[in-house]
Amino acid sequence: MAEWSVADLERWDARIREKVAEFGLDVYDQEFEICDQEAMLGFMAYHGMPAHYPHWSFGKAFEQIKTMYDYGVQGLPYEMVINSDPCLAYLMRDNSLCLQLLTIAHVYGHNDFFKNNFHFRTATDAKETLAAFKARADRVRAYIEDPSIGAEEVERFLDAAHALAYNRRRDLAVRKLGLEEQRARILARHRPRPDPFAHLVAPEPEPEAELESELHRIPPEPEEDILLFIRDHNPRLAEWQKDLLTIVDEEAQYFIPQIETKIMNEGWASFWHHRILHALDLPQALQLEFLVRHNQVVCPHPGSLNPYHIGFVIWRDIEERYGREKLFEVRETDRDTSFLRRFLTPELMRELDLFTYKPRGDHLVVTKVADEDNWEEVKRELLRQVGMNAFPVIRIHDADYRGRRALYLVHAHDGRDLDLTHAEKTLEYVRTLWGQDVFLETRLRGKRALMSATGAGFDAKLLS
Amino acid sequence: MTTVFRPYSESDALRSDRSAGDRKRHREKLRRAIRENIADIIAEESIIGRSGDRIIKVPIRGVREYRFTFGDNEGGVGQGEGDTQPGQVIGQSGRRGRRGAGGAGNRPGTDYYETEITLEELVDIMFEDLELPDLERKALRQMLSERVARRKGFRRQGVRVHLDRRRTAKARIRRLIASGKLAALREPGGEEERLPFHRDDLTYKRLRPDVREESNAVVICIMDTSGSMDRLKKYLARSFFFLLYQFVCTKYHNVDIVFIAHHTHATEVTEEEFFHKGESGGTIISSGYKKAIEIIKDRYHPAHWNIYAFHCSDGDNFDCDNEEALRTARELCELCNLFGYGEIKPLGSHYYEGSMLERFRNLGAENFQSVLIERREDIWPAFKSFMARERTVQPSPA
Repeated sequence: MAEWSVADLERWDARIREKVAEFGLDVYDQEFEICDQEAMLGFMAYHGMPAHYPHWSFGKAFEQIKTMYDYGVQGLPYEMVINSDPCLAYLMRDNSLCLQLLTIAHVYGHNDFFKNNFHFRTATDAKETLAAFKARADRVRAYIEDPSIGAEEVERFLDAAHALAYNRRRDLAVRKLGLEEQRARILARHRPRPDPFAHLVAPEPEPEAELESELHRIPPEPEEDILLFIRDHNPRLAEWQKDLLTIVDEEAQYFIPQIETKIMNEGWASFWHHRILHALDLPQALQLEFLVRHNQVVCPHPGSLNPYHIGFVIWRDIEERYGREKLFEVRETDRDTSFLRRFLTPELMRELDLFTYKPRGDHLVVTKVADEDNWEEVKRELLRQVGMNAFPVIRIHDADYRGRRALYLVHAHDGRDLDLTHAEKTLEYVRTLWGQDVFLETRLRGKRALMSATGAGFDAKLLS
Repeated sequence: MTTVFRPYSESDALRSDRSAGDRKRHREKLRRAIRENIADIIAEESIIGRSGDRIIKVPIRGVREYRFTFGDNEGGVGQGEGDTQPGQVIGQSGRRGRRGAGGAGNRPGTDYYETEITLEELVDIMFEDLELPDLERKALRQMLSERVARRKGFRRQGVRVHLDRRRTAKARIRRLIASGKLAALREPGGEEERLPFHRDDLTYKRLRPDVREESNAVVICIMDTSGSMDRLKKYLARSFFFLLYQFVCTKYHNVDIVFIAHHTHATEVTEEEFFHKGESGGTIISSGYKKAIEIIKDRYHPAHWNIYAFHCSDGDNFDCDNEEALRTARELCELCNLFGYGEIKPLGSHYYEGSMLERFRNLGAENFQSVLIERREDIWPAFKSFMARERTVQPSPA
């Protein structure tokens, strides 16, 4: 057993909380649960949720994490924290006292971020988090136990839904327009602009047919919420199937703010655990261990990006340049894309030693480093891969393509081609859910291409 | 604001194996995926004569989770430890570092493409795929690893575990008597003296590996490597040879294996080469048989060895060689306990190709069997009919 007792933690926690209040962090009530390694692995596999519906992919996640842990590729995290009110966090039983203190302070940083960041506030309801996950788990289990549905059918459907979970709206703060509003927008777009010279030229004939077809198309405007659209427009789905689509979509929505603020959030928590532990006047032995641990957390991971490190460095820089007030403003309004765009300076990029790389043959080779000439390009590349930008944007353009209820998807190509193997399998999943032929328009090596999943199988051909 | 600490509770931990069900389901899927690819895997792995706990890396396709994602030929942004220069190599493509992820509370973003299983598991799955009856599976699965050792005399040197204590004690007493010390000891009031063991007293058992003559066997695998050996052919051939080897292993203690690859002439090769050799050109079957006969005469005298030879071919042979092939096959039959010929023609392969099946039919030897293997389900019946011959045949004296 470790060299601390729960009473020790409570005593230290009281002092940490003093500092939390002193620094002006604004947190939900906090719960810490002390668990062992096995339980921690379990929580990690299920996104930290105490209750979650079963699916083999979580078993796979568990095995992966366990393998990596067993082979020492990756240490277990010191902590795991959930965006809920009260905020729930797990502490590892076998960690040293110093690590527990660091972790507790770190968790308060996340807690403050969850409570105050705009994206969490608009996209999630922290009070309901645990209950909602539990309720979804119960519903899925009921479908599995229902003899007329069964585990196999549920799994088949979940496999398909999981594949499309993140093909959904990202800007959750922007209200989604209803059908009529979308149509009104189309009408407004087609209304001829007042032409001061109208009396001089013959009026152009209005392309009625085009307007007509646009107004009657479903969806009127391109639709990003693929799962929800299918739920609402595939009449052949049973109620339980519609419910599974809702469940998977709701979970994705819950995780989007975390994906969108990974660097900010981890950086914020690291910034504050650093500040708080320094203010605690730790005894020397603890202080030394703290410095070592802190440096392990915020060090570069060569070849990839360490969000703790990048975030920590940027937050520190913001405080130096703009003062403490600015910190709280930014943590409320920004997400990783805007955060990096606004505050990642060329100087910081050099300090962080950021670079772009490309595969060449069997190797990954550094192409550009953040020097005088190239930092903008490196930054642009970085912005393309943070948060939800790592997922391709795919929209439904037509649900009655060729008049045969085929689904026509368009990939908003931004210079990055889709992975073909993945596209093939995922398109097949869309077909499973939609029940009819599915088409996907994209670009491959600069040319327009159309992929299709039909009764005849998968096909991809260039259009131009 | 309040904070609550919930202490560790043993009973919670005990029932916390919540992922057990999902792990089981994942493993089922994994196994199924392996089974679907078993032909590819066996075609590529050396399995004959390896120990069962050998770990094999198996590529997996079935259990990946798919989603729309960007292609792997896209680069990315990474972080260095300072002073990274353009052109520097930072890793291998296809297994890039975790993208923007890492550290606490984050699931790794990479998906794995291979898994590791033991050879024994793999063989199990192969047996399943070949639809082997359970009873036979069990017999075949026993890989005899231990060699029987026999005591054969004694010696002065050896390791402590082989010390023969009774003989050592006797040797000491004998020495004491000879030196007269024992008599002195028996006299009442005799001087107390320590009489330790001497190095010369120590006697060790001498062990020799048991080389009973009837327990030697050699499996001679002959394969026609002309033309193309595709995956399915390789799989069929390899699994047949594997079964043969396992079968022979269950009956004999000391089993050798010889691989002979031939096209127009034959060479002895390793298993690796055996299954990866592919040469174009014609086929002279008799060259393989001659090589086998040569090796038998050289190393495996039929008086001391039980010989099992099997030949896999697609049945194509130069016409001028047919007579010779028949003659050498007959000769081989005389030397072997069992000699077989398997024609591997996956369904759909060309039927106009020549076949040796007809010709071998009038070979007239009792311990010869020819089989046609068209699909994987044929392997087991073919193997059984081959083995059926064996039971009626006595090893032919040389």
